[in-house]
Amino acid sequence: MSATNVVTAIRDTLHAEMAADERLVLLGEDVGTRGGVFKVSQGFVEDFGERRVIDTPLAESGIIGVAIGMALHGMLPIAEIEFADFIHPAFDQIVSEAARMRYRTNGDWACPMVIRAPCGGGIHGALYHSQSIEAFYAHVPGLKVVMPSTPADAAGLLRAAIRDPDPVLFLEHKKCYRAVTGEVPHGEHVEPIGTADIKRSGTDLTVITYGYEVHRCIEAADRLAADEGIQAEILDVRSLAPLDTATILRSVRSTSRAMVVYEDNRTYGAGAEIAATVAEEAMFDLDAPIVRIGGPDIPAMPYATTLEHYYTEPTPDHIYVAMRDLARF
Amino acid sequence: MSTEVTEAPHGALGLSPDDLLRMHRHMLMARLIDEASFRQNRMGRAPFVVPVSGHEGCQIGTASAMDRDTDVWVPYYRDLGVVLVAGMSPYEIFLGVFSKADDPSSGGRQMPSHWGSRRLRIVSHSSPIATQVPHAAGIAYAMRYRNEEAVVASWFGEGATSEGDWHEGLNFAAIHRLPVIFVCENNEYAISVPQAKQMAVPDVAMRAAGYGMPGVIVDGSDVLACYAAMRDARARAIAGDGPTLIECKTYRYLPHTSDDDDKSYRSREEVDEHRHRDPIDRFTAYLIAQGVLDHDGMQAMRDACTAEVEAAITASWEAADPDPDTVLRHVFAERDDA
Repeated sequence: MSATNVVTAIRDTLHAEMAADERLVLLGEDVGTRGGVFKVSQGFVEDFGERRVIDTPLAESGIIGVAIGMALHGMLPIAEIEFADFIHPAFDQIVSEAARMRYRTNGDWACPMVIRAPCGGGIHGALYHSQSIEAFYAHVPGLKVVMPSTPADAAGLLRAAIRDPDPVLFLEHKKCYRAVTGEVPHGEHVEPIGTADIKRSGTDLTVITYGYEVHRCIEAADRLAADEGIQAEILDVRSLAPLDTATILRSVRSTSRAMVVYEDNRTYGAGAEIAATVAEEAMFDLDAPIVRIGGPDIPAMPYATTLEHYYTEPTPDHIYVAMRDLARF
Repeated sequence: MSTEVTEAPHGALGLSPDDLLRMHRHMLMARLIDEASFRQNRMGRAPFVVPVSGHEGCQIGTASAMDRDTDVWVPYYRDLGVVLVAGMSPYEIFLGVFSKADDPSSGGRQMPSHWGSRRLRIVSHSSPIATQVPHAAGIAYAMRYRNEEAVVASWFGEGATSEGDWHEGLNFAAIHRLPVIFVCENNEYAISVPQAKQMAVPDVAMRAAGYGMPGVIVDGSDVLACYAAMRDARARAIAGDGPTLIECKTYRYLPHTSDDDDKSYRSREEVDEHRHRDPIDRFTAYLIAQGVLDHDGMQAMRDACTAEVEAAITASWEAADPDPDTVLRHVFAERDDA
């Protein structure tokens, strides 16, 4: 085990996997000489050469389309979308092509590839460097969507994504990159896609969350435990698609109270699916209505600090109150 | 930067009489399958078919210059002739028309003419236009990365060249000088929209200059000229000289699909005029003039092809439908997938 931050965990895992398997290439904007705008691939072009670390033209649909072609012909491409906000031109390639390839050919062709995209707000990224895009893609059968919140999960899930026989959208919350540190197991650490993880055990309520909100929820839960003795269980789904409903339901049944917290716009977000699943499967195990906390339904996260802070509620304070109210219901 | 290829005699192209007869048979077969498919549609046995008639010269000409043992095919939905050359049988094509379980492209999941077969290295495509073009660039990148002596070709209509994916695919391929050939089957209409409303230039091939690759214009009704252009482009690609854009000037005789009414956007006189330059008639006349084929041989080939098409229809119509219990399969890899 060694302590590191999320961006370093991603970098180290990517480097180790590329060193171990020649089929892996990295392509995207600024991934080569610049080493990526978040320095995930710093030094890669020196270590692996321009054949394997490809600075592409500024064309997101083309990046994904070219990566699909590579995947169809025996390579394992890792396509980086510089900011998740810029992924939208590639929606058709991801949804109509990569995610449908196996189904539409009755299992004949497949698209093993990873799409990495830094996402999320709270870093003064404004309307076009802050977006949460997971709900658009978690809706698509044939595509896996993961979002780690810790260095160990980032390393383990990235390794799993690279080894997955199907396309995986690997979302990296930018606020986790350097703010979150932790231990990463040595060696070929793999976290299976589709498994949730209990980040904090508790008996009084279950908070289902992912991404940077995991850390906000843990902070709120620790304070609430100290202040009131209320113990919240924090469940990090880690994988939006497939969703680990078994672990969610097990936790909810044990605490009888469920809350969903997510940064994305509240309406039609991942929290809606999670809340619906709990309602369908565990309604009579609950002692209180499900609480759903999401971002406001405004088009995007504004730039000015005051406006951004409004958006990035749920803050720990906000979550703290909601947890306390739910526990007391 | 665009050049024009005119008719080349087959001897200079290294084509034997057997090669010519095989090309002629593929053209005839594409036409007969097309006409039979339309009849099946009008009989109510096939909900949707996509015509090819008129495109046989450019499809069989370009496809015949590919190496069937090494090369990869990235076609679009009108490329019945291309996939015949790639090795798909009339029986397999009608399995697709009737959406049967053994349809090699999709097992009856996609509409007919959405080709695909890993065995034949025909890459599956969708219905959105030009999405396959960057795939071809990526495949070409992989070919070179893996030191394969092979090329990939992508076919599309002139309407596809308006799409962003088309631009992005050509641009990437040209930057990396990849072994890929882009074949535009310019039939003057994107469903109903004429070329003049699709682009302000007279020739798609002119666009090649913007990518730093050669653009070649060829008469799509001249199968040997199409073969020659493709053969040259393939040699360039194999030599490491990068991609080529070939524009075949062609015409589609039938509506866009069985659901289209082309009388709403083009006159019968215009269609008839183009039928006078029929690529099959033209090639037949050439073969007869060259002494490769005589009228009896021609009739015998037509009879044999007709019989094969009829047998393919009968057998594929009788084949099993997809089992509804399989509808949830292959969303993700299954345990026994390679």
